[in-house]
Amino acid sequence: MTETSRIESTAAIGAARDERLRQQSGLRRLLSRPELGAFAGAVLVFIFFGITAHGTGMFAADGVLNWTTVSAYLMVIAVGAALLMIAGEFDLSVGSMIGFAGMMIALPTIVFHWPVTLSVIFAFAGALAIGFINGLIVIRTGLPSFIVTLASLYILRGLTLALSILFTNRTIVVGMKEAAEGTFVGFLFSGTIGDPLFTWLADNDIIGRLPNGDPSVRGIPMVVVWALFIALVGHIVLARTKVGNWIFASGGDANAARNVGVPVGAVKISLFMLTAFCATVFAACQVFEFGSAASDRGLLKEFEAIIAAVIGGCLLTGGYGSVIGACLGALIFGVVQMGILFTGVPNDWFRVFLGGMLLIAVLFNNLIRRRVVGGR
Amino acid sequence: MTAGIIRRTFLAATLALPFLGLVAPAHAAGERFVFVSHAPDSDSWWNTIKNALKNAEHDLSVKVEYRNPSTGDIADMARIIEQAAASNPTGIITTIADYNVLESAIKGAIAKGIPVVTVNSGTGEQSKKLGALLHIGQPEYDAGKGAGERAKAAGVTKFLCVNHFITNTVSVERCQGYADGLGVKLGDQMLDSGIDPTEVYNKVKAFLTAHPDTNGILTLGPNSADPTIKLLRDMGSAGKFKSFISFDLDSDISKAIKDGIMEAAIDQQPYLQGYLPVVFLTEYARYGVIPANNINTGPGFVTKKNIGLVEKLAGEYR
Repeated sequence: MTETSRIESTAAIGAARDERLRQQSGLRRLLSRPELGAFAGAVLVFIFFGITAHGTGMFAADGVLNWTTVSAYLMVIAVGAALLMIAGEFDLSVGSMIGFAGMMIALPTIVFHWPVTLSVIFAFAGALAIGFINGLIVIRTGLPSFIVTLASLYILRGLTLALSILFTNRTIVVGMKEAAEGTFVGFLFSGTIGDPLFTWLADNDIIGRLPNGDPSVRGIPMVVVWALFIALVGHIVLARTKVGNWIFASGGDANAARNVGVPVGAVKISLFMLTAFCATVFAACQVFEFGSAASDRGLLKEFEAIIAAVIGGCLLTGGYGSVIGACLGALIFGVVQMGILFTGVPNDWFRVFLGGMLLIAVLFNNLIRRRVVGGR
Repeated sequence: MTAGIIRRTFLAATLALPFLGLVAPAHAAGERFVFVSHAPDSDSWWNTIKNALKNAEHDLSVKVEYRNPSTGDIADMARIIEQAAASNPTGIITTIADYNVLESAIKGAIAKGIPVVTVNSGTGEQSKKLGALLHIGQPEYDAGKGAGERAKAAGVTKFLCVNHFITNTVSVERCQGYADGLGVKLGDQMLDSGIDPTEVYNKVKAFLTAHPDTNGILTLGPNSADPTIKLLRDMGSAGKFKSFISFDLDSDISKAIKDGIMEAAIDQQPYLQGYLPVVFLTEYARYGVIPANNINTGPGFVTKKNIGLVEKLAGEYR
C-alpha cells in the first residue's frame, strides 16, 4: 500500500521516468492488494453455498440476516485484531475481554443501579484502561504479546466469573433488557434501523412475512452498522493516513521504524486499546441484544478474530494485511459457519467440514495472491 | 421385525401412491427436525440423546439434525436456533439453557409458524411462556431436593457440590435444591470445577483437604462425577462419605454404585428427551395430535438394587 502511494506521487511530480521503479499497470496494482485473495475466497464460498444450500432458506431474508449478524459480530473484533496483527502483535484476551466488558456493563446496572449509559461509559473506560495496560507491559518488557495477553485471557475470564459470583451469587446477570428499555444506548447497540424499508419490502412481496403479518426481518441490527463503521474508519486510517503507515512500519521492522521516528510504542499501545474497544462494542451489542451478561461469553472468540484476519490476508509476522481483507475474512468465516448448518451436514462431521472449508478458502486465497503478485 | 416389514411396505406404498395417480397421502415421509442443545462439543453425556435421535429417525422415517454451540456459549446457541428457523424445518426441539438469551430466537421460530418442543434444561412454565407446545425434562430443583433429602436421611451434615457447568443456571438450581433438601445454606460448598478431568480431580482434592469434615458429595453429571470417583478410589476414602450422589449416568457411575462407593444416581432418562419430542412433533405434523401436558422424564433414582439393566446400557441408551 505504502509503496503504491509513493509510486503514484513520484509519477505525479516528475513526468520523467525513474528507472529504479518498476512500472505496474493499474490492473496489476489492483490485483496485488492484500484483500484480493479474500475477495476471491468469499466469491468461492458464496458460489459453493449458492449450489449446495439452494432452496434451504439460507438466501431468504431471515437466513441472510442470520449469517450477516454472525459475520458482523466477528467483523467488529476482526478489524481490531487485523490492525494489531499488521503492527506485529497479538491480543489473545479479546474473548475474555468480551465476557469481562459485558460484566462491567451489567454488574453496575443491576447491582448498584447505575443508569445504563453510565455503566456503558464505565465499561468502555475500563476496557481502554486494560488495553492500555496490556500494551504498556508488552512495550516496556519486550515480552511477546502472545504471552502477556494470554495472562490477561485468564485474569479477565477469572475476574468475570469471580465478580459475578461475588456480587450476585450467579454466573449470569440478567435484567439488562428491562434496564435498557427506551434508552439511547439500548438502541445504539441493539436497535434496528431501516424498519420502514423492510415493511415496504414485505408489502411488495420482495421478502417473506410471518403468519402474523410482520415482515420476516424487522430491520438491520445495529451490530451490522457498528461493524461497517469500525471497518470504514479502520480502512481509512490504515490506507490513507500517516498513522496507517506507522502501523505498517511498526509491524514490518520495529527498530527501523523507531530509527526513522515512528512512535512505535504509542502506535502499538493504542492498537491494544483498539482491540479492547472492539471487544467492548461486541460485548455491548450482545448484552443489550440478549438482555444478560454471562461469565462464559466470548469463549475462543480471540481465535476467530485472528482466523478472520489471516483468511483476509494478514501475515502472522506483521507488516502486511488490510482491514477490508479482515472484513472479508469475517464474512467468509460467518457464512461458512452458518452455511454448513443449512446444508444439513451431520453434526458429528460439522467441524470437519468447517475446518475443510476454511482451509480451502485460505489455500485458494493464497494461490490467487501468489499467482498475481508473482513469486513474492 | 414384522413391524419393520409392515412399516417398510407401508412406506413403499406411500411413496408409490403419487405415481399411481391416487390421492396424495395424509402425510409425506421426510419431515425434517432440528434438535438444538446447549452442550459444548466436549460433553459426552449427550451421546445418549444423539442415539435416541438416530433411533427416532429410523423408526419414524424422518430426518433429525443435532446442533450445538461448540464452546457451549449460549449466545452462539441463539444464532443456531435462528439459523434453524430460517431453514424452515418441520419442527424445532431445543433446550432452554438460558431463558433471557434464547427468548427472542425461540419466539422468532414460533412466530414463523414452526412448532417447538422444549427439552432438558428449563421449566414447564418457561416453555409455556415462550409459546412452545410442551416441555419434556426433569424439574431440576426438585431432583436436587430429592437427592438432598436422601443425603439427610443418610446423616450428611457438610457437603460438597461439584459443579462442572456453573455458567448454566440449571446447575445452580440442582445444588440449591440439594442444600435445601439437606436444610443447609448454600455457600462455598458449590465448587466450580470446570470440565477438564484433571482439573476436576485436583480441585475436588483441594476442597476435601481444606474441608476435612465434608461427609456428603453431590456431582452434577459424569463430567464432575468420574474424576471424583477416581479420586475417592485413589485415596481409599470412600467410606468417609455418608452419601455420594450424582446426577446422570455413565459406565463409571454405575460401576461406582455397584462397588458401593456411590449411593445413587439421579437418572433423568435422557433417551426419552431425545426420542419423545421427535415422536410428538412427527405425529403433530402428520395428524395434528400432541399431548396436552408437560412430561417429566425424571428424577428416577438408580441404586444398587436396580443397577443391573442400567449398567448394561449406560452411556448408550441410559
